[in-house]
Amino acid sequence: MTEVREEYFYSKEHDWVKIDGEFAYLGISDYAQDELGEIVYVDYVKDVGDEIKIGEDYASVESTKSTSEVFSLVSGEVVELNEAVEDDSEVINASPYDNGWIIKIKLSETVDTSQLLSASDYEDFLKTL
Amino acid sequence: MKTIAKQGLKFNEPLIFERSVVGKKGYSFKECLSNGSDPEDIFDDLFIRDEIKDFPEVSEVEVIRHFTRLSQLNYGLDSGFYPLGSCTMKYNPKVNEDIARFKGFNKIHPYFPEEFTQGALEVIFGLQEQLKKITGFEAVTLQPSAGAHAEFTGLKIIKAYHESNHDEKRKYIIIPDSAHGTNPASTTLAGFEVKNVKSGPDGYIEAETIAEIMDETIAGIMITNPNTLGVFEQDLDKIIKIVHSKGGLVYGDGANMNALMGKLKPAEIGFDVMHLNLHKTFSTPHGGGGPGAGPILVTQELKRFLPLPLVAKTEEGSFHIVKNAIGSIGRMKSFMGNFTVLVRAYSYILEMGERGLTQATEDAVLSANYIRESLKGHYHLPYEAESLHEVVFSDKNFKDLGVHTIDLAKRLIDYGLHPSTVYFPLIVSGAIMIEPTESESKEDIDYFIDVMKTIANEMKETPELLHNAPGISYRKRLDEVKAAKHPKLRWYKLDEETDE
Repeated sequence: MTEVREEYFYSKEHDWVKIDGEFAYLGISDYAQDELGEIVYVDYVKDVGDEIKIGEDYASVESTKSTSEVFSLVSGEVVELNEAVEDDSEVINASPYDNGWIIKIKLSETVDTSQLLSASDYEDFLKTL
Repeated sequence: MKTIAKQGLKFNEPLIFERSVVGKKGYSFKECLSNGSDPEDIFDDLFIRDEIKDFPEVSEVEVIRHFTRLSQLNYGLDSGFYPLGSCTMKYNPKVNEDIARFKGFNKIHPYFPEEFTQGALEVIFGLQEQLKKITGFEAVTLQPSAGAHAEFTGLKIIKAYHESNHDEKRKYIIIPDSAHGTNPASTTLAGFEVKNVKSGPDGYIEAETIAEIMDETIAGIMITNPNTLGVFEQDLDKIIKIVHSKGGLVYGDGANMNALMGKLKPAEIGFDVMHLNLHKTFSTPHGGGGPGAGPILVTQELKRFLPLPLVAKTEEGSFHIVKNAIGSIGRMKSFMGNFTVLVRAYSYILEMGERGLTQATEDAVLSANYIRESLKGHYHLPYEAESLHEVVFSDKNFKDLGVHTIDLAKRLIDYGLHPSTVYFPLIVSGAIMIEPTESESKEDIDYFIDVMKTIANEMKETPELLHNAPGISYRKRLDEVKAAKHPKLRWYKLDEETDE
């Protein structure tokens, strides 16, 4: 079954964000990686030091089936791209919530979590698909 | 069910380079030359190469066997059913190959004077006229060499039109999510930005969605009709009016014209620009990525922007090439485009005639709907809307069994069939997109349906057969990730000492 992590927040586009103090990690959900199939490349369109706003895309994720853009759920400054993902993008398939995070952002404002889906909201949403 | 596929004798054919033996020759000139000398003795050193590095040295029969064996590994339309949705893999009649090989067509040079090539020019002119008649448009160029090249050409024409009106704020093109995959790329290359719109719950674009975003910054919309779900756009009439009312143009992606030919003329319902894929609707070969042909048709208003050259008829009845005109966006392809492809398409149109072309459309739609009705209890139909020339199923019925669409596709190979298109269109989960075309007999379609039903049972009872498929083909399941990330595209000779 597809896993949904408790402490994470989600979007209907299957992006997730984990807030860690003044930082946030972003990635794609277990459902998304399963739908995409084996991931071949992650092509970043943002680099360390870039400003990023809610709703802006920061990378495209290419699998053997299709290419999808991934969007930021928070605003701030990019502080790290996940090297593990750049080297071997299949880590997203193996570990979408842990080792397969895609980008790390230093938050410029408090995250309004009411605008995001909680784990239980997201689980309900998945049932409708 | 009796399968048509059978395990047979296969050859482990090496690369031609690996067949090579140093010094082996498949020819001798000595006997041919009257003075019995080698070419090396006759020609100046200037024309003799000392060495061609790593060139394969094989005999004639080895060359013939090598390429014959490779051709036997291929699966093409001439070997079997090829239901690759969206691609329109219809049969390429062999008589058209004969005609394209007439000396007057394939031995002429593009720099021949016009009076020597009247026949060839008449074919081009004739095809121009026929395509205008089929689609209802006023003018056409046969230059673009493929569908995407045609999209790019059509968008350049849209750009030239707005620029001629000094209307430079129009920088967006609307593209629905059910459009063809190449549309966004062509748009970007032509210097526009893409505005995506989602199709509605029934699988077609809703007029309200277009009305909301249509304004004076939008240059036009690209519509594939019927769309990639094989569904006729219900709101088409309203959408075209909305786009026109705000000064935008409507581009018709004609990739699915084989569902409309003889039934509807796109120009009559308001399309401004449209392309046709001669290698789809008009039965010319797809041929390993080319050569193809993607004519662009336009309204009277856009005629002056068409690329050149094109062929015109004089009052005396002779044909000549028009090379210069004011307003043209310029040349899109050398000479007259892929000429012998045009010959094949023209032959097809004349052989079929008006009634024949209409029947091709009817048979293609009938075949797709026969498959849809036969399989709808076995596979999930994500949209209820009526299908035209192709039908799309989803993975909903088998996803929870741990079987994926890719497994189904690979299993079809075990039954001697080419897989359908998979995972496209993107709006359908695990899409299985089937387009039988009018070429297939009822017996062959029935066999495909039986295979699909058999596989639906295997999903429940013996899913390992799907996971391990294909089992009887020359190559087994390929590692697609490795193929994408570490492709080996060239042969290199290993260094005998280091083995690298």
